[in-house]
Amino acid sequence: MTPRVVSAESQYKSGSGLEKVLTDGRFAVTAELGPPKSADLDAIAKKASLLEGWVDAVNITDNQTAIVRVASIAVGKLVLDMGLEPIIQITCRDRNRLAIQSDLLGAYLMGMRNCLCLTGDHQVFGNHPTAKYVFDLDSVQLIRMVRDMRDRKVFACGDEIRTGKKSEPKEPRMFIGAAANPFGDPFEMRVPRLKKKIAAGADFVQTQCIYDLDRFEAWMTQVREQGLHETCRILAGVTPLKSAGMARYMRDEVAGVSVPDSYVERMAAADDPKAEGIGICVEQIRRLREIEGIAGVHIMAIEWEQKVPEIVEKAGLKRDR
Amino acid sequence: MIVAEQKPLDEIRGYLAPHKRILVLGCGTCVTVCLAGGERETAQLAAVLRLTNGGEIHESTIERQCDAEFFDDVKELAESCDAILSLACGVGVQMVARVFPDKPVYPALNTKFMGTNDGAGEWSENCLACGDCKLGIYGGVCPVTRCSKSLLNGPCGGSANGMCEVDPDHIECGWQLIYDRLKALGRLDVLDAIAEPRDWAKTHSGGPRRLSREDVAGL
Repeated sequence: MTPRVVSAESQYKSGSGLEKVLTDGRFAVTAELGPPKSADLDAIAKKASLLEGWVDAVNITDNQTAIVRVASIAVGKLVLDMGLEPIIQITCRDRNRLAIQSDLLGAYLMGMRNCLCLTGDHQVFGNHPTAKYVFDLDSVQLIRMVRDMRDRKVFACGDEIRTGKKSEPKEPRMFIGAAANPFGDPFEMRVPRLKKKIAAGADFVQTQCIYDLDRFEAWMTQVREQGLHETCRILAGVTPLKSAGMARYMRDEVAGVSVPDSYVERMAAADDPKAEGIGICVEQIRRLREIEGIAGVHIMAIEWEQKVPEIVEKAGLKRDR
Repeated sequence: MIVAEQKPLDEIRGYLAPHKRILVLGCGTCVTVCLAGGERETAQLAAVLRLTNGGEIHESTIERQCDAEFFDDVKELAESCDAILSLACGVGVQMVARVFPDKPVYPALNTKFMGTNDGAGEWSENCLACGDCKLGIYGGVCPVTRCSKSLLNGPCGGSANGMCEVDPDHIECGWQLIYDRLKALGRLDVLDAIAEPRDWAKTHSGGPRRLSREDVAGL
């Protein structure tokens, strides 16, 4: 397979489908595909078939919550062949700068054009809590490294990305994503931190899942005041609630997630909590769409990928193709 | 100071099982201050071993086990023993091994970290000896040590109410501390610059570190 070629004169940085959607000003829809915990091709194919045609790109998580799963780039290649556009998630927890750069070269050669640069969950939350973490880089440094590989055609050490002294540079050209958490503490550092990620080279941002829309709008006001939405496309993250128990758990146990009591109460009172959860999610997307500076929505239906088409359709975001 | 705590007694007894005449050797510096391996703890451990282990248990505490010159007073006693149980940090244990090349030496402590005493029975880690101190930038709070992920460019999403999600009951969010300090000092602006990737060669990633200083070589 020959990777799509993006010439230096191209108006695009990476030429990825997601970049084109966002550059054209279309409202983007991305979803999340969590690789399975075993070498289970059927599980990947099933999730991919549920999402195919419904989203512009799909995040392939990188050992999320520090649990060993099929490698992000491997699943990226598989879903690419199944007709989806992957966004490769890269965390700083498991790999140092050598491994990440090497993997980026490989991912690019296999046709991947989007990545999401993350700090990574701490390993104590996963299934190998006694493992040694890496954190050679932090997410801001990672973003800048990927940007410099693309725009300056250099590795983190400063060497040019070329095979020999007389060769042309062959650099991996990624559309670079970052995460933003509007609700984590210290709250006052959240916008400055986003600003830093954008200065480092983030082309797009996907937020932590949003339930507290009032607080999110307050955050977006700060984002707009700094003009950050003009240099970086912001995709609002949503996660449909499945049950009142999940709503309570997200409210009480997950750091950096804020769930208003009204949603917990609605979920608890609902005859069909799953339908209520989808309904809330669709409402949220409709409201998020109205916020100035929101360029798309990122639907994280955790182990509930089959609901993504319904959410997309009900939110009026069915893809053209 | 270096903070340590005593190993489980069973592990210590396991080491000592093959030996009959044992020197239990305390250290008068850091581990005395953190109540893990000073004269008092050495006496207590020796007493327990006499009751439970049998054999011949001798005890002594020297001023500093990390320095060869302090071993003179115990040399004769140590040479007469089959093994030495050191209540020093890992540095001291290795010095014992160097001073007494023919003697088996065993650690009685687990060396935990470099830190502060935060009240009765409480200690916390403050310095990783990374070899490239940036406390001047971060308001006197070390992100390398105090942040569970050693992040240099701001907090991750796991900070809530001033605590770190890795252990919300016990670990403060280092970035909350940095933010609070810099805000109080009116220097939040220093966080705008992107901190460069660390030079880990200055840490143990560059191999065991050495320090050579010509200016004091002749003293």
